[in-house]
Amino acid sequence: MTEEIIIAGFGGQGVLSMGKILAYSGIMQDQEVSWMPSYGPEMRGGTANVTVILSDERISSPYLKVYDTAIILNQQSMDKFEKAVKPGGILLYDPNGISHHPTRTDIGIFSVDGAKLAAEMGNKKIFNMVVLGAFLKVKPIVKLENVIEGLKKSLSERYHHLIPLNKKAITMGMNKVKPYIIKDTVFHN
Amino acid sequence: MSELKLMKGNEALAEAAIRAGVDAYFGYPITPQSEVIEYLMSQRPEKRTGMVVLQAESELAAINMVYGAASTGKKAMTSSSSPGISLKLEGISYLAGAELPAVIVNVVRGGPGLGTIQPSQADYFQSVKGGGHGDYKLYVLAPSSVQEMADFVEDAFDIAFKYRAPVLILSDGLIGQMMEKVTLKDQKERMSNEELIKKYGNWAVTGKKDRERNIITSLDLQSEKMEARVHRLLKKYQQMEKEDLRFEKIHCEDAEYLIVAYGSSARISQKAVELARAKGIKVGLLRPITLFPFPKQQLLDLAAQVKGILSVELNAGQMVEDVQLAVQHKVPVLHFGRTGGIIHTPEEILEALEQKIIKNGHTRHHKTRESSLL
Repeated sequence: MTEEIIIAGFGGQGVLSMGKILAYSGIMQDQEVSWMPSYGPEMRGGTANVTVILSDERISSPYLKVYDTAIILNQQSMDKFEKAVKPGGILLYDPNGISHHPTRTDIGIFSVDGAKLAAEMGNKKIFNMVVLGAFLKVKPIVKLENVIEGLKKSLSERYHHLIPLNKKAITMGMNKVKPYIIKDTVFHN
Repeated sequence: MSELKLMKGNEALAEAAIRAGVDAYFGYPITPQSEVIEYLMSQRPEKRTGMVVLQAESELAAINMVYGAASTGKKAMTSSSSPGISLKLEGISYLAGAELPAVIVNVVRGGPGLGTIQPSQADYFQSVKGGGHGDYKLYVLAPSSVQEMADFVEDAFDIAFKYRAPVLILSDGLIGQMMEKVTLKDQKERMSNEELIKKYGNWAVTGKKDRERNIITSLDLQSEKMEARVHRLLKKYQQMEKEDLRFEKIHCEDAEYLIVAYGSSARISQKAVELARAKGIKVGLLRPITLFPFPKQQLLDLAAQVKGILSVELNAGQMVEDVQLAVQHKVPVLHFGRTGGIIHTPEEILEALEQKIIKNGHTRHHKTRESSLL
């Protein structure tokens, strides 16, 4: 199994750390992983994206043109990465701030109101965990217990008291993700 | 106990330096390798092993601090990125001339000039063709994974002390910034003067007691002596070619076409090989792990087997010249690469192979010099 993922959004949304937690989760189940950020003169509010690959085999290129899954968190990223999803792949997005919704009919499209749900839960910072939960519901490539182990590795110990909140956010995302409907077509995983 | 971690290439290199028992790191920050000094500082290595980590006032200061520490037989290293390495070249030439062991790390970014902070492999010429002045070469290791970023630190010091010569680890922004799984080796103790003398001879400036004084210099105003020094260096380089060449062959057994790529380009090219093979095109990959010494004979051997070679590099065409020299124009050798910090995708590499090598009818029967220099 190899899963090639791009996570793209604004800097400050937790794009890179979501990727890191996913990568750690892969390690927890003995997979090969790579995490390749777009680095640059980037800052809070600018665009940020990361390519994460989880595989049972040695990973060749950490840098890709097309992906099995695109997790898209702003309009610029939608413009750039909707077309980069492999046919039959998955596009997951948060409609918050999106003016041009995806239009492809050869991929599975799912949405989750990550920003809204995180705000309702009283902590906007767990937005990325809501989205991660949504992704793991659509594509259960890592077990929740491994994500929690990954979180423990990824967060320094002084933040470990926040792990239950993160777990709650992931579960929230899992429960609230829904297929996005274009005209009469409904995508199911 | 060895330890499994998820780390950036730059961090893995820094951690490996502490664990390898390196005595001193002198550096000056520059993107995309500032994590090296950041990580080292955060680890308080002076407490862990007694290793000195110092942010110098400039690149020039840093490389000359390396010269000073290396003169005393200590394991000293520095790291920088392209424009910073250009500044260090004078010092690197002096290290080579004075026959000092040292490790220099270049996490390459786009150039020339201040260029861009994105990944590039445009410092190939600078790394393998001298860079600084004089008749010298660097032993050049090109890591293509985070694991190799860690492993090559110790390998580089082994070579540096074996030959009393500076060694370059030539990485780039992609390998430096990406995270992968890495297995870290156990902590090694730093080398004592007694061990140094026992293992590598009594050449360093360790405090003269009951021996002739050791003089570390790259200056020899007597021409005969200077020529002898140059010949001594030359012998080392010949020995490196004989004993310490490193390369990796991937899917070369039945290959009809060959990609040659190192570092990050080798990783991306490996995916291009997978895509090609899925289409039924038999492509192999030769990855030079050392850029000097260069796998010349291996390339010449493969040239008898394949119909054409594509040299894939994140630059405007540098290593391609060495590949052409190695295969002696027996088969067409062309270059493909992106520049300016743009990274080629596996699909682009495959397309270039199909367009430049396969579709152009560049077979071994059309082996004119012109066709190979397109």
